[in-house]
Formats: sequence, structure tokens, C-alpha cells
Amino acid sequence: MLEIRDLHVSVGETEILKGIDLTVKTGEVHAIMGPNGSGKSTLANAVSGRPGYNVIGGDILFEGESILEWLPDARARAGVFLAMQYPVELPGVRNRQFLKAALDAVRGQRGETDLTARQFDTLYRAKATGIGMSEELSRRNVNEGFSGGEKKRNEILQLAILEPKLSLLDETDSGLDIDALRVIASGINQMRSPDRAFVVVTHYQRILNYITPDHVHILVDGKIVRQGGSELAKELEEHGYKGVLEGAGVGA
Amino acid sequence: MTTQTLEKYERYKADFQTFTQSVDGPSWLHDLRGRGYAAFDRNGLPTQTRGNEKWKYTNLTPLTNTTFSYPLSPGVVDADKLNSLIPTAANWIQLVFVDGRYSPELSKNVDSGEDVTIGNLTDIARSSPNGLSDQFGSLANIDHDGFSALNTAFANDGAVVKLAPDSTAPPIHLVFVTTEHKDPVVTHPRTLIVAGPHSKSTILESYIGLSNSTYLTNSVSEIVLEPGSQIEHYRFMMDSPKAFHIGSTPVRLLEDSSFNSFSFARGGRVARNDLHVMLDAPGSSCVVGGLYFTYGTQHIDNHINIDHLKPHTSSDLYFKGILDDRSRAVFSGGVIVHPGAQKSVAFQKDQNLLLSEGARINTKPMLEIYADDIQAMHGATAGAVADEAIFYMQSRGIDEESARDLLIHGFATEVIDRVRLEPFRAYLDEMFAEGLPKTENVKRKT
Repeated sequence: MLEIRDLHVSVGETEILKGIDLTVKTGEVHAIMGPNGSGKSTLANAVSGRPGYNVIGGDILFEGESILEWLPDARARAGVFLAMQYPVELPGVRNRQFLKAALDAVRGQRGETDLTARQFDTLYRAKATGIGMSEELSRRNVNEGFSGGEKKRNEILQLAILEPKLSLLDETDSGLDIDALRVIASGINQMRSPDRAFVVVTHYQRILNYITPDHVHILVDGKIVRQGGSELAKELEEHGYKGVLEGAGVGA
Repeated sequence: MTTQTLEKYERYKADFQTFTQSVDGPSWLHDLRGRGYAAFDRNGLPTQTRGNEKWKYTNLTPLTNTTFSYPLSPGVVDADKLNSLIPTAANWIQLVFVDGRYSPELSKNVDSGEDVTIGNLTDIARSSPNGLSDQFGSLANIDHDGFSALNTAFANDGAVVKLAPDSTAPPIHLVFVTTEHKDPVVTHPRTLIVAGPHSKSTILESYIGLSNSTYLTNSVSEIVLEPGSQIEHYRFMMDSPKAFHIGSTPVRLLEDSSFNSFSFARGGRVARNDLHVMLDAPGSSCVVGGLYFTYGTQHIDNHINIDHLKPHTSSDLYFKGILDDRSRAVFSGGVIVHPGAQKSVAFQKDQNLLLSEGARINTKPMLEIYADDIQAMHGATAGAVADEAIFYMQSRGIDEESARDLLIHGFATEVIDRVRLEPFRAYLDEMFAEGLPKTENVKRKT
């Protein structure tokens, strides 16, 4: 589904990613882990096409096609979703209105017709209840005045409604208490299916107690330095980045 | 005055002479017109920007260089067309003025009763010669404002609304229309609103240009709120893109009265909204809001003055602007808390969305405080649509243009939602529903 080849990305004058190779197949869950400043978030943002993240070498293929020249909205409509570390507030734009516009755009790409207002409301209610989100938030402005937990839940609600093929979760666990984390993880687990893939970007192993990854990649200084199965995340928890990387002969 | 501007004023002079011989009315009105003209003749119009705080950012040379004539007879207006351009509802009282003349045919539900005296100024002055002399002209500042002086000189047909004590009335809509003319014309819409003690009313003033031609609307609306009264006041300015509009609204509030106002203005070549609220008794409060939208090379100037003259008064001023192309807006919010006006509360905010690099805003929130026990806050912002907000929406599949439209609508909605008068609120919301109103032909209600 996603193939990243020798990817080099700079932000401003600084090269952050220095040659990443990563293949994510349908049905898989990958965890990208790494210490602060290792380039984890840069990787997720580059795949989603965020302005300012300049690909200076390599390629990103989605379903076999290079998406480097695609605008972020085209990538999203094709099925790439980035759950953001810092969800953005949209003053004056109601959550419901925003999600309806997004779903209409995504469905249009799939050749499906827009949902009626009533159909959408039914869908919204079902998905919001599923992740324990108050329906009252649908009438509020997007993320405005939301608590940290509400913002993250709102990201997962969007994910649940838009049903992307590839979900990139950028530090979705940061700032969440354990109950919120459980709810969000279970929301993601419910969406796991043979035709979808997830890339979980995280500093901490904690979220991986609830979402078991098929593959774990450790990123340090813009390069993947170790890869393994879910046991690698456990190893990290026990020994920390330092211990794990020294064991692999990599300085951290 | 320079010789050049003197010549420009010749037309006003000649028109005033013709006008004053052709109109009747009680002697106080006749005298007032004379005083208005004399004040205009003495002071002229404010053409200096340098050193003139009130007009610092608004250059009136294009206005004073244009000869505007007083229309001798009103143009013809099709009722259906007019009703398609304005928000309206079946129960509203509606007074329509065409090119400065009252139009009974286009007006509706106009029946003075026990609760409300409403109608055309000249008719009311004729039937009750001294009924208005105390209040009419009591707030318009003819000695310091050349435009108000000129308006007063040409006071003729106009709207009078007087609410009886403890009364409530259906929404009252005052509609001032300028039709198409071969040469530039000037109208001087005049309104007097007196809210009797403990009355409640909602009043909408609409200024509608029926052409894309050059004209001048020089309006004055005097509003008096007697103790305990409440007015919701709206101004809706839909002028021609080439129009000049100078609007002056002096408002005086007595004990425990409240004035809640909102104005919407779509550009004009030069538009000025001069609102002066005098919180002249304890317990009086005002909320003054607005939304302005400019494009092309338009210019709009919101000049708001709020005087806290007595203790326990409060004001809340909120404006938003959306500026496109090379248009320019001026916002000046002067809130003065006078000596002795303790326990007053004064808030003000002006937020602007600049959609083009050529658009400019001069925003000057200003608080002058001469009392020590008060609460006050002010702020102004100007910015472009946030890139991160656009990206956030794009990352959900929404294309950039739609994302901008949603954000512009959202920006406008935040103030439009404070409008309590339906269907006026819905009308404004619809105007921004797809982002920016289409500028060649601003979206009309169908």
C-alpha cells in the first residue's frame, strides 16, 4: 500500500530524514518509534504532503503510484489520513459541517454520492458514541475550546468517519490519560481490517500495549536503525532507547 | 475652504435654495434647516486628513470632487425587485424611501397605534406641528460635522419611530433606496427613533443601491433610549460599488436602557459609519458590533465612539472585517470612560481577515480612561487565512479553495450569529455560505 524509497526530507535548510525505506502492506500495523527529534513526525507529515516538508530525494508510492506531486487533499481523497499531533482549531467552522465537507470530498473521489444530512447525522452519532465523544461537540467549532483529550478523540472520530486506507497516527497518545488512551486504541482496533493499514508514530511504548503492531521501526537521526516485531517495543520499554540502541551497536 | 472646493459646494447651495422654497412644514423645522445650512456653509466638509484624527485615514477628495445634485423626483422602483434584495417578513413594519421621498406604495403595515407612532417625518410634522421639535435634531452634531449639517439642511421626508412607554412593536424596517440616475445624486436619509420608557423594539435600517452608479447617501439617525428601554438596532448597507455613503448615528441612553446594535456593510467607494453612543445615565449599556466586507478599491471606515458619562455603564464593541483585492478599511473605536464613570465596563475588539496582499486595514482601538474603578479591555488583529488551518482541512480531503471558503464563512459566522433578527441573520449567513460573496454581483436572495 505504502512504499517509501530512500526518502530524504528537509525542513527549511535542515535535512531531517536521511534515507528512509519502509514498506507497509495492507492489513498491517507499523509502529515508528524514536527519541525526540529523530524525524518520526517529519515522516508522517511528508507522507501527508504538509507544506514545508520538502522531499529532496527518494520517492513515496501509494498503491504503486508516486504521490510526491499530489496536493495534500488529493492524497487524503486517495485514502491517506494523518491524525495530527497538534490538531488545528478552525474558528467559526462547526465540527459537523467540517466532517460533512470532508466526507463528501472523500466519497466523491470514490464515486459515491454525498450522504443526506440525515444519513450523515446517523453516521456521526454512531461513530461519536463508539469513541465516547459527546454529541454536543458536533455543533462546536472544530477543536476550539476542546480539551487535549477531546482534540485527539476528534481526530479518531474523523478517521472513523472517513475510513481511509492508510492511517498515520502522529503521537496520538501524547497527552492522553489511560482511560482516553484505551478508548482511542479500541476505536483504532475496531477499524483494523485486511484492506487497511496503520502507521503509529510514537515516542512511548504505552499505546502499543493496546494496539499490537506487526512491525516496529526505530528511527534515530533521520534513519531507521532497528526493525523488528512487537517484541522490539517491549524491549524498548525495558531498556529504553539507549539500551536498545547500544545493544544494536548504534549510539543514541 | 479653498476656491476649488467652494465651487464644488455651489451645487449644494443652489439645490438648497430651490429646496427650501419648495418645501413646507412647521417653522421649527424650517429654522433647523436654515441652521443646518449655515453650519455647513461655515465649516464645509472634512477634506483635510493630515492633523485630523477623525478623518486621518479616509480621504474625501473623490467625494468633494464629485458634483451631486438633489434629485427632483424619485425614480421608479419595482416592489418585487426591491423585496428580492432585502430581508423581510410578513409582520414587519416597513417604511420605504426612494431617492429621499417616502413611498407609501412600497411601505407596509404602517399604522400608528397606541404603542408606536411611526411614519414619514413631514407627515407627522404636519399633523402634529410641535410634537417632534424637542427631539428632532437634538443629537445630530451640526456644528462640528459638515455632513450632519448638510443632512439637516435638506431634512424633509424621513423616518420617525416613537415607542410608547412599556410597548413592544414588531420589527421595524426602514429602507432607503437610491435608484439609477444619469448624473450623481445625493440623498439625505433622516431617522428619529425615540424609545419610550421600558419599551422594546427591533429596528433595521437598510440602504440599498439599485444601480452600479455613483451617488452619495448622507444619512443621520438620531436614537434616544428613555429609561429602561431596549433597542436592537441593525444597519444593512448594500450600496453600489461606486457609491459614497456617510452615515452618522448619534445615540443617547438614559437609566437602565440597553442598545444592541449590529451593522453590515458591503463596501462602496468610500463608506463611513459614524456611530456615537452616549451612555448618559447609570445602568445604561450597549453592545455594538459589525461586519464589513470590501473588495476592489473600496474603502470603509467604521468610526465608533462610546462615551461612558456616568457610573455603572457598560459597552462591548466587536467588529470584524474581510478585505480582498486592494481594498482598505479603517476601524477606530474610541471608548472614553469619563471622570466619575466608576464601575464601568468597556470591551472592544476588531478582527480582520486580509485575503490579499494589497488589502490594508488601519485599526485603532482606543481607550481613554479617566476613572479608576473600571474594567476595560481592547484588542485588534489582522491576518491572512491561516496556512495550518488550510492544510488541516486539505489533509481531510477538502480542496484548498473550499477550505478557504469554509474558513471565510466561519469567520463571518462568528459575528453574524450574534444577529438576533431573523431572517436578517439567515440572509447574511447565506451571503457568506460559499465563502466570499461574488463580487461582481453580490449574491442575492432568490
